[in-house]
Amino acid sequence: MAKGRVSIVVERCKACGFCVEFCPTHVLALSSAFNSKGYHPPHVVHPEKCSGCDLCGMYCPDFAIYGTKAAEAKAQKASGGEK
Amino acid sequence: MKADPRGVLTGTHFIDGDHACCEGALAAGARFAAGYPITPSTEVVERFASRVPTVGGSFIQMEDELAASIALQGGVWGGAKAFTVTSGPGFSLMMEHIGYAAMTETPCVFVDVQRGGPSTGLPTLPAQADMMQARWGSHGDYEIIALCPNSPQECFDLTIKAFNLAEEFRVPVMFMMDEVVGHMTEKVIIPPADQIEVVPRKHTHKSIEDYLPYGTNGDMVPEMAHAGEGYKFHVTGLTHDERGYPNMTPQVQDKLVKRLQNKIRSAADRICMFEEERLDDADVAVVSYGITSRVAQRAIDMARERGLRVGKLRLITAWPFPEKKIAELAGRVKAFVMPELNLGQMVRELERAANGQAKTFAVPHAGGGVHNPDEILNAIVEASRC
Amino acid sequence: MLNVLTDDTVNPVEPFLRTDRMPHIWCPGCGIGTTVNSFARALIESKIDLESLALVSGIGCTGRVAGYVKLDSFHTTHGRAIPFATGLKLANPKLNVVVYSGDGDLSAIGGNHLIHAARRNIDLKVICVNNLIYAMTGGQTAPTTPGHATTSTNPYGTFEPAFNLPHLVEAAGAVYVARWTTFHVRQLSRSISEAFQKKGFSFIEVISPCPTLYQRRNKMGDGLDTMKYYKEKSKVKNGAPTSEVGLTLNGEIAVGKFVDRDRPDFQSMMRAQYVEALGERYIDEPAAECCCEEC
Repeated sequence: MAKGRVSIVVERCKACGFCVEFCPTHVLALSSAFNSKGYHPPHVVHPEKCSGCDLCGMYCPDFAIYGTKAAEAKAQKASGGEK
Repeated sequence: MKADPRGVLTGTHFIDGDHACCEGALAAGARFAAGYPITPSTEVVERFASRVPTVGGSFIQMEDELAASIALQGGVWGGAKAFTVTSGPGFSLMMEHIGYAAMTETPCVFVDVQRGGPSTGLPTLPAQADMMQARWGSHGDYEIIALCPNSPQECFDLTIKAFNLAEEFRVPVMFMMDEVVGHMTEKVIIPPADQIEVVPRKHTHKSIEDYLPYGTNGDMVPEMAHAGEGYKFHVTGLTHDERGYPNMTPQVQDKLVKRLQNKIRSAADRICMFEEERLDDADVAVVSYGITSRVAQRAIDMARERGLRVGKLRLITAWPFPEKKIAELAGRVKAFVMPELNLGQMVRELERAANGQAKTFAVPHAGGGVHNPDEILNAIVEASRC
Repeated sequence: MLNVLTDDTVNPVEPFLRTDRMPHIWCPGCGIGTTVNSFARALIESKIDLESLALVSGIGCTGRVAGYVKLDSFHTTHGRAIPFATGLKLANPKLNVVVYSGDGDLSAIGGNHLIHAARRNIDLKVICVNNLIYAMTGGQTAPTTPGHATTSTNPYGTFEPAFNLPHLVEAAGAVYVARWTTFHVRQLSRSISEAFQKKGFSFIEVISPCPTLYQRRNKMGDGLDTMKYYKEKSKVKNGAPTSEVGLTLNGEIAVGKFVDRDRPDFQSMMRAQYVEALGERYIDEPAAECCCEEC
């Protein structure tokens, strides 16, 4: 069970590559899919390696990705989640 | 509401226009000023600097007029009534921020104690040559209100009026003094605070969810909020929509800029103040403002003694220009005479408003002193021959 | 496998954004959004009361930050964010006032205000995103553009010396001076948090890519290449003399906390002076007390 999970807001991504490069455990890679602006958003290739450190979220200039710790995600779900 | 007594120096004073203007600001509730020294206006903020620590509020002398003219607006958005004071060269520097105040609808007062220009000009001598600049000095389409006192007493009374108009219309108000009015010492009566009406900030009562920073209910003046109250609103000089968000399209531009214009123009009747005397039977109307109106008074009296039918229209509000009054007068009188301490500025508005129905005789003066009443009298005599 | 947005978690930055204005205008690989992440994290960690926080920006790409954050925010005129912020702070001292603007806005047209606010030690937190260029207007030379760079107004290469901003603001009087790059996301966040704990003029410079103009014209690759350059060439030099942290084209980037000192801020000094001069006659009341009918 991975310690964390990545969430991606596909439509905001501009494929700058920061998240892919700076994920410490190389969870991500740019996908071959396109969003509606024509960018390749990242996708998770090693979900089991995600620690939920959220470095991807801190680097992303477009607020298009973030990581959550598994324990956090459970807690947010329990409190009804915030939208 | 009534003035806060802590800012009202009730009593009979013998002070000059600059000092009276400062007292007017304090009486109106101004508790923040950001200034920069420039002759002949400096005494206004010098007095404010010495008064405000014992009244409440603060004063800061900024590093230049660019800073002063925007710091005062920060003060307004922080919750204060605020103003700055300057003369020609500083007024020029402040133009960008006058436009910012108009665009963001920041209620505030800019005092310009006019002196000879252009450029460094005559720092210690009068002129009235910033009148067009007061109206058109910043770029783009916008409206302002401009008032012209002609005595130290009016420097007190009309400064209060300037703040009140600023709050009512959420607009920067230009207080167009001149060096003579600023530096002449006369009796100034400051009444008790409960006899002074001040207009409070048009603060919203809406909830955080419902509040729109630039939404209007048909009265064209949006309600305001201040930083730190939880509204989390955005203010920008970019063309913006009712949410205050930049929205740079011709449609939003049209809506916004026309509203900024109409909120003043549609209320021109209420805003325009003037003083008229002996116009009922007049063939010639002498139109003047500021210190020139006092010289003109002498010329009018001399003309009447000679049997000429001359009347006086003194502009207290220079902008918006009282077009309706002029148009109405132009239908009755044969000619206008307009002395100004400039080479012809407001007289252009007069001609435009008169629309050919009456002749206009300008009495220009390059500045540096006041007219000799005879100059104005000669113009009246010539005008009477029409 | 494309992991799309799940319903049960939220980006910690999201509550700080005007999500109704996303996506923003910044280019792919621009670092400004990254600085906003650090800023948001600092707000969370410092437990800053968002209702008494005001953000003031000037004109330029970084100036647009004001429009994207869900705070009382003021997008003012070019170079004048600092004096506007000064007015805000003086009228209502309870406000926490942040100035968020770019290198051209703060050090060229705004230079005079920068040094005076630092001199006076006005209690402002200034975040200067330095992309070494005037980006919004198409890539003109800024006072921070290193020598021998190509810009649109120096098409044959710059030859002017560039400002060493930490040195400038330290000399002017700032009490907290730090520099990071957009690679140093956590350190930047920590510096911003530290600045919030300080009273006085704090200045945090963040070196950031402008891939569309600065990096492209100087053949330095894209945003990611620039981030890798930051990672490789940055050297943490906490406490270094600011005279030694100037930047060059492609050279070492000294980062860290350079200045952290204490001296009374403008309002403390003002108060002390009035108390001494006026004693009980001094009315220590902020300007924002009641200009409305009911408060």
